[in-house]
Amino acid sequence: MGGGRVTVNSQLELRNLAKTFQNGGTVRRVLDNISLTVKKGQFVSIVGPSGSGKSTLFHVIGGLTEPTSGQVIMDGKDVTGTKGLISYMPQQPALLPWRTIEDNVILAREVAGLPRQESIEMAREWLGKVGLQGYEHAYPHVLSGGMQQRVAFLRALLSPQEYMCLDEPFGSLDALTRYDMQKWLTSIWETQKRSVLFVTHSIEEALFLSDTIYVFSNKPTNVLKKITVPFSRPRAEEVMEMPVFHELKREIYQLLKREQERSAESTGTKEEFSHAAPY
Amino acid sequence: MTNRTWFQKFWPPTAAILLLLVVWQLAVTIWAVPAWMLPSPLQIVSEGISSMPRMWMHTAFTIRMTLIGYAIGAVVGFVLSFVLHMLPRIKTAFYPLLILSQNIPIIALAPLLMIWFGFGLLPKMIVITLVCFFPIAVATLDGFAQTDPVMMNYMKMIGASRRQIFFKLELPHAIPYLFSGLKISATYSVMGAVISEWLGSDKGIGVYMLLAKSGFRTDRVFVAIFIIVFLSLLLFGCIILLERVCTRWKPKV
Repeated sequence: MGGGRVTVNSQLELRNLAKTFQNGGTVRRVLDNISLTVKKGQFVSIVGPSGSGKSTLFHVIGGLTEPTSGQVIMDGKDVTGTKGLISYMPQQPALLPWRTIEDNVILAREVAGLPRQESIEMAREWLGKVGLQGYEHAYPHVLSGGMQQRVAFLRALLSPQEYMCLDEPFGSLDALTRYDMQKWLTSIWETQKRSVLFVTHSIEEALFLSDTIYVFSNKPTNVLKKITVPFSRPRAEEVMEMPVFHELKREIYQLLKREQERSAESTGTKEEFSHAAPY
Repeated sequence: MTNRTWFQKFWPPTAAILLLLVVWQLAVTIWAVPAWMLPSPLQIVSEGISSMPRMWMHTAFTIRMTLIGYAIGAVVGFVLSFVLHMLPRIKTAFYPLLILSQNIPIIALAPLLMIWFGFGLLPKMIVITLVCFFPIAVATLDGFAQTDPVMMNYMKMIGASRRQIFFKLELPHAIPYLFSGLKISATYSVMGAVISEWLGSDKGIGVYMLLAKSGFRTDRVFVAIFIIVFLSLLLFGCIILLERVCTRWKPKV
């Protein structure tokens, strides 16, 4: 997997991204000057309050929405507005119910135009590795939420693009399953070393999984802080008990809390999109 | 489905039908209703058996008409829904017209069709097609429109083309909807065929019915009715079987 050449420029870079939506007379600023970098082989997380424009950000990265200003740079090339360059795992598994598990796993490869036989072989091999052997020909509805997310992850992992965007993939799982999935994801990722941009609301999740964390503000969204996570790899769950883990956790928590209070003050309401300022 | 659940599901309607037939038979016998007014079920059955060879000729004609008309209607309905789905502006313009077309009584339109297209097969095919295409077009259009937005977002994020989105997501999603349209049309199609035969034909169950009516052969009218019901159910059943094959992925409820 991966397979691109490693050069100085091997990274996904968002450069000064801004996005405003115009709706009748009101102008809504959603993204405000976002810059971040995912180096090849890095696991980068975004932590932010809910409704901080992360889906808009993903739509911009995926080429579905043109940014108002700024660029998406991939391996040194401006790819702003180009579709099909990233691999994606959404919050809901979004498995197609009429496809068997293995056919769901190969969907992204199929869309990319890769030969079916090879994809199926990879899918079967990987389904075995993630404990889904025997489910190759089953339909998604027989799988539990956690199992479906594993399938959705495999679909993203086997997809040929280097950069993976994971949009709160464990957000809809129960606490225990979520915890298991986090451990599972680290172990898989540590052997694969794909470049990951991971969005989450959970500070612990971000600290446990990532090399770098970007803390996002409320709308209009910008980067409050970039944090480099000091834990070595392979990472065990013991890091969650280290003092540094708790310090970092507190630091991010304070940042987010202050941000929440600031935006509540500035708008005086809890309405999510209320700070849409007319020009 | 096991035999047991099948039995549990089907005995109540079967019993209800049998009960109805028994009441009918008894009522006709007890009050001595004349056969030209209401024949008894047994009389209908015996008439059905004795006129089997002639009936078969008419039935075969109607079956052929129904199947051809139904097939044309299904294709027209599906193609129409595809075109309207792909061209949203055309859809906005023509959708009300589509609804309007269903408010034209077919019985009023049919004589016009004969004036325009004569007594051949063409006007009859048009009648059946008109009756059949609408439920299929509307149901399939619904299926396309109600594609899961989460899956749609996923397909777009991974860079799927319009064509890939249609064939990998929208079309399979619309298949169950297409089948609900096909099922409704299946029962309409036989009725459409009979109506088209009333308007000028020398063969078919519709013709047989007209002749029986003018000769006060009420038993034969009932034979025709039973055949029409049977044909509708048969076609309906075939579509259900086809649906089971095409939507194996659905969770069994």
